[in-house]
Amino acid sequence: MTHDALLSAQGIDKSFFGVKVLDGVDFTLRAGEIHALLGENGAGKSTLVKILTGAYRRDAGQMHLAGAEVEPRSVAEAQNLGIGTVYQEVNLLDNLTVAENLYLGRQPRWMGLTDRRRMRADAHELLARYHVTADPDETLAHYPVAVRQIIAIARAVDLSGKVLFLDEPTASLDAREVQSLFDVLHQLRQQGLGIVIITHFLDQVYQIADRVTVLRNGRMVGSRAISELPRRDLVSMMLGRELAEATGHRDPDATEPDTAAAFKFENYGKRGSIAPFDLAIRPGEVVGIAGLLGSGRTETARLLFGIDRPDSGQATVDDHPVSLHSPEEAIAHGFGMCPEERKSDGIVGDLSVRQNIVLALQATRGWARPIPRREADALATQYIQALDIRPPDPDRPIKFLSGGNQQKAILARWLATEPRLLILDEPTRGIDIGAHAEIINLIGKLRAEGMALVVISSEIEELVAFSTRVIVLSDRHHVRELKGAEITAEAIVEAMAVPGEAA
Amino acid sequence: MKKFRQLRPQLLALAVVLVMVGLISPGFFSVTVQNGRLYGSLIDVGVRVAPVALLAIGMTLVIATKGIDLSVGAVMAITGAVAATLVADGHSVPVVLAVSLALGLLCGIWNGVLVAFLDIQPIIATLILMVAGRGIAQLITGGVILTFNDPAFSFIGSGAVLGIPMPILIWLAMGLAVGLLVRRSALGLLIEAVGINRRASMLVGVRARFLILATYAISGLCAAMAGMIVTADIHGADANNAGLWLELDAILAVVIGGTSLAGGRFSITASLIGALIIQALNTGILMSGWPPEFNLIVKAVVIVTILTLQSPAVADELTMLRDFLRRKGAQK
Repeated sequence: MTHDALLSAQGIDKSFFGVKVLDGVDFTLRAGEIHALLGENGAGKSTLVKILTGAYRRDAGQMHLAGAEVEPRSVAEAQNLGIGTVYQEVNLLDNLTVAENLYLGRQPRWMGLTDRRRMRADAHELLARYHVTADPDETLAHYPVAVRQIIAIARAVDLSGKVLFLDEPTASLDAREVQSLFDVLHQLRQQGLGIVIITHFLDQVYQIADRVTVLRNGRMVGSRAISELPRRDLVSMMLGRELAEATGHRDPDATEPDTAAAFKFENYGKRGSIAPFDLAIRPGEVVGIAGLLGSGRTETARLLFGIDRPDSGQATVDDHPVSLHSPEEAIAHGFGMCPEERKSDGIVGDLSVRQNIVLALQATRGWARPIPRREADALATQYIQALDIRPPDPDRPIKFLSGGNQQKAILARWLATEPRLLILDEPTRGIDIGAHAEIINLIGKLRAEGMALVVISSEIEELVAFSTRVIVLSDRHHVRELKGAEITAEAIVEAMAVPGEAA
Repeated sequence: MKKFRQLRPQLLALAVVLVMVGLISPGFFSVTVQNGRLYGSLIDVGVRVAPVALLAIGMTLVIATKGIDLSVGAVMAITGAVAATLVADGHSVPVVLAVSLALGLLCGIWNGVLVAFLDIQPIIATLILMVAGRGIAQLITGGVILTFNDPAFSFIGSGAVLGIPMPILIWLAMGLAVGLLVRRSALGLLIEAVGINRRASMLVGVRARFLILATYAISGLCAAMAGMIVTADIHGADANNAGLWLELDAILAVVIGGTSLAGGRFSITASLIGALIIQALNTGILMSGWPPEFNLIVKAVVIVTILTLQSPAVADELTMLRDFLRRKGAQK
């Protein structure tokens, strides 16, 4: 392995609409290394990659490739310089053949026409180097994602040849496919390529990467050799906390109730989404769910609420086995869920605040039993007051409210159905501090009233403050359950660093 | 009154079109009573608009779910052909109506299944029946214009009750019935929710597939009614021309009515006013005595004008202009 900087960037700045998303970021990639780029959502990973691969222009900073200053103005220009990219959704054309995909836009020509025979032969030879036995004349759609991924890599490397960016290459691959992809990456590393890989799977980072660079909130946290970086330190780099200082103030009433578990999930799981887990939820408790992005937090919520169907296990409500194969069924058993993506999955933008609040209740009653206007008004007024939704105008389309107020309206929507189990996926993300505190208080109040809650959050202090129990997820496994005095920010972060297989 | 304010742009456009037509052809507004039936150009607009008005009722709901139903013209042809065949075979009017309307409903359900359960894009799903439907209609009529002479059935097209022509009564009644159905039940709210954000709606337990199916079914039923009226009116079924291109007029009526093709909030009343605007133009241009070549062009110009005035971008500009003029006025 050499130690020359192959691709380096210094002081990269980038703003969108006046909001700084990258602030003085440095990045150095050496030839013959696999470099993992890590960070939570919104850390600026994809913006940095887009700048380095020519998709975006930087506002400030310098970029050097093999010692020479470069300024790619488009992806094609970056490719010509030697920087290739393979995106998460493989950027190939399913309906063309393997050979066409490899040589699209640069087909070998003979008298102005595509020289199909040569293209086929070239494709054959190129794929052989990657130990892929794909028929160059078969359409790409014929092959599984893993093979397409390698074909995309082959094309990118053939086009550029110095630096390869891989954005979440393993997101849709199974363990065996990941291994063959890694074999290809090892082979390319031997050839002296610099490879940058973005991934959420820490196991894989430790398996394949030589170095990691961590971004947080648009700034570089650090760049280290993976061999000198314990997993626990990496996690705290990503989360951005000095472990010593992180001491959440626990709500003294957030203790485990002595009621019987009303909702039980046994060996509940879905392949490729979340490994089977056991979970029992009692009325009057808040089960906090912690884990890094991609650890299976949202997948757990989707499974509990019936959005995804489990392929193993059994759910019981009040000791009766139930099927939870759609949100409708879950709602019929008294479930409610505030989704993570408030805009796309939560609000119905053009409808008024009132209509958004009554929507879930209306859905449970069915279309033939409309909620009378007087009742709808009463519900809207009640929740607008109780949750302090602003502006207090039930007729305003909800899209004109701030994020925090939208979130409160969606909470109100579920509270109106008087749920027994409420699942909140990142209830405080992207909302202002005032609304943040109000939602935390509300969680405590609902618990005291005897509701069962499951709260997913990436804010660890928050989980420490209101949870009666915390389940920690890592690499799509439920790895640890913390109770009572065990619930501290340190313990959660520590558990998050445990590899998934250790469960 | 709030409802009236929401309909203001459409009502204003209708008034302007009517005044223009009235200026070109005096006598447009005169209504007389002959043989106990109302006559006059204005009444004629109400009668002629019936097919498009009926189609627009169903189309409004379909478009509110973010869909579109291109097959309604073809469904008119199919149900018309079946009705004409049954009438010619001597079946009674209730039987003819029941069979034809059921067939329209079935066509709508077919579309609905394709869109809601097989997740085929609405424009493609309904294109299937749009193309195949006319062929089916031709098979039913044997490729000829099937005529009949049955005063009882023709009453639907040319009869009158209390002096008001049947077609007017039918589309008004259907508009009222569907309007009450969706607004007095929760259907309207749920349809709008699905049209605006299907994912979010499904996550709160709204049965989006069922609702989408229902809108196409209602659209098929409306198309069948329109088919009856046309068949009864011409005393026969013309598989080639019955309802030809009417789906486009119906879509236009809905758009003039202000329902967005992107789905969401809808108003059946506004769509009906949209249909009246289109028909008033048609009738007005015919009466003006201009060469028929001008008809389509004039219609297009008027419609572009109406849609431009309704566009949010222009509305913003107009508001700014008004504020500017008001400020200037205040300075003086």
